[in-house]
Amino acid sequence: MLQIIKQIFRTGIKTEAPPQPDDALRGEVQQINAQILSHVGRALAIRHVDAGSCNGCELEIHCLNNAYYNIEGLGIHFVASPRHADMLLVTGPVSRHMEIALKRTYDATPDPKLVVALGDCGCDGGIFGESYASCGKIANVIPVDVAVPGCPPTPTAILQGILTAVSSRKTQI
Amino acid sequence: MRLEDFTSTSPKLPGAMPIWHGIVNAQELHSLCEQVKHGGGKLVALWGEDSNKGQGTRDKGEGARAATSFVQPSLFDVQSSNADDSSATLPLSTFSLPSQYALHVALVSASGLLVLTLPIDHEKPDFPDLSELFPAANRMQRAVADMLGLHPTGGGNHRKWLRHAAWPGNVHPLRKSFNISTHFPLEEDSYPFVAVSGDGVHEIAVGPVHAGTIEPGHFRFSVVGERVLKLEERLGYKHKGIEKRFEGMTLQQGAKLAGRISGDTTVGYAWAYAQAVESVTGTTPPARALWLRALYLELERLLNHLGDLGYLGNDAALAFGFAQFWILKEDLLRMNGELFGHRYLMDRIVPGGVSCDLDNSGLLRIAETLSHIKHETVILKEIYDEHAGMQDRFLTTGHVAPDLAAQLGLTGLAGRASGQAWDARAQFPCFPYDQLDVQMVTHRNGDVAARVTMRFEEIFESIRLIRLMLEQIPEGELLAEIGNAQEGALGIGWVEGWRGEIVLALHVGENNRIQRLHPHDPSWQNWPVLEHAIMDNIVPDFPLINKSFNLSYSGVDL
Repeated sequence: MLQIIKQIFRTGIKTEAPPQPDDALRGEVQQINAQILSHVGRALAIRHVDAGSCNGCELEIHCLNNAYYNIEGLGIHFVASPRHADMLLVTGPVSRHMEIALKRTYDATPDPKLVVALGDCGCDGGIFGESYASCGKIANVIPVDVAVPGCPPTPTAILQGILTAVSSRKTQI
Repeated sequence: MRLEDFTSTSPKLPGAMPIWHGIVNAQELHSLCEQVKHGGGKLVALWGEDSNKGQGTRDKGEGARAATSFVQPSLFDVQSSNADDSSATLPLSTFSLPSQYALHVALVSASGLLVLTLPIDHEKPDFPDLSELFPAANRMQRAVADMLGLHPTGGGNHRKWLRHAAWPGNVHPLRKSFNISTHFPLEEDSYPFVAVSGDGVHEIAVGPVHAGTIEPGHFRFSVVGERVLKLEERLGYKHKGIEKRFEGMTLQQGAKLAGRISGDTTVGYAWAYAQAVESVTGTTPPARALWLRALYLELERLLNHLGDLGYLGNDAALAFGFAQFWILKEDLLRMNGELFGHRYLMDRIVPGGVSCDLDNSGLLRIAETLSHIKHETVILKEIYDEHAGMQDRFLTTGHVAPDLAAQLGLTGLAGRASGQAWDARAQFPCFPYDQLDVQMVTHRNGDVAARVTMRFEEIFESIRLIRLMLEQIPEGELLAEIGNAQEGALGIGWVEGWRGEIVLALHVGENNRIQRLHPHDPSWQNWPVLEHAIMDNIVPDFPLINKSFNLSYSGVDL
């Protein structure tokens, strides 16, 4: 126990300042929905859905939980069920085998809800594109508010995408 | 056919690794598989191919075998001593398939990798079931049946595997007659899970959308109270047509897609792909590029092991472990980003060499970062080792005994934790690993604790290797020009990734384009063993056991 405490003190505080929202990432629907979202509180519950990614985007989502980005410190946490979520953070392309699961997850998320699509594949299908097995971008299956490009997008870019999606309500207050 | 005869008469593929390829008939295939198994070897990969030959236009039976001809096979024996450059760089692995379809089987034995090709006639699209010899073959064979309509003969488990609802059972996407853009309406997807009955037995169905940031898959637990009687996995949710997507790409285009088969192993796949391309084009990358590739591969191993150790701490309710290890992982990711322009080193390995150099200040930066990571990891290992609550969760949990591991073909890191001593870097070291004397880490306990210890020890070994690399890396070019590949050439890449061996098979078509590409992830072998590892454990230990294997979904769903 002493050793753990010693190590915690030796490590110190690593958390950095979060990035600012970026209007360029906003989709059209997101701007329209901004009003509806104005009543969502500062705390945000996110349900992550991997709809067919290569797992690269997931690696960077994991990093959001590390001490440097400390996403929970911003009041944002990942939840185990879409029924507890304000936002879906979706990586893709959407494989056709995940098409129904993604739609059901979206339907199970209470309104008003936000969807952030992650990565080049989530934005436009990326290198996998559309095929017999792939629906391509997330927006081909469910409505998307904010799309964050990158292969994979860095944790800062993901955080910026999340904050962009949520901040629409802040500007309304 | 005797195993020794196969390696002495079949051509060795050009390139970095000891790989032999030959065409066999069904009896020979079975007999060679038996000999490899009894000699302590194992099945590495199994895939099918549609050669796009006109149906029924070829000879069959013995005539077909006789018609099979390797291009100048005798050159193989003299290649190394041949002073004539023009013939030495010929792609010597070219072969002409005498039939419409083929099954390819890659086996590893003490001498190296043996790739056996069984021609399959279109009128009788079946092949001998190898799952009796190698249980790991089962899911690979079912994938071949889904994707190509080639079926194993005999009894056993023939349920669909990669196919869910996106295309009907009589359609096979990897057949050449199938267009990648064909769109079928989603059909009813039913899958006959094996039911367990008895007093108090009930099922817990989990997924495909999991409760954490995890890839999608379905787990069907049959439990009594907390105790797991049986786990059945169903994967294939991430199937996004990767193999079909490769077809028709140029050898250069394929590199980017190869780096995205499984994001956490991008370096391993990119290197395997580059090896395959270099084999079919007779390219030798510059020495400096090969040293940098090995550096990237060990950095990837460190990234994944550090991340896993953090999550294993977290899953045993020690959030401190997660916080600490993910600081170290982030330090390494940032170093990668600064030095190489990509946190996970995607697209840094390209056919012919590497796309990114390293200057002297970079070498110093790596040395400093690794010193820090080593120093911290030594402290954290002591904390993990002495944490009673954590060890109580780790010890004896998710146990796979060495004899079961051998029988089921458990491979890679998880295999080495159960006494399966295979590590291509140590046993078949290609340049520059042959300069480094890699110390293979093995354990025999086969529980979560052993897989945790494996990671700690492999971190220390990788850091030792990287330090040697930093000292020995020579100056020089980064990229060799890629020549042309002959139609029909076969190239195999074989790389010991952090999870286990990546084997990638490249069949070349016309005009330097990909006719067929099969990437093989070690998770094919290890997923079925996870079903055994969880038996008789309690449900709440599943995340811990699962994380201790940390298998890829994307790499096997393709």
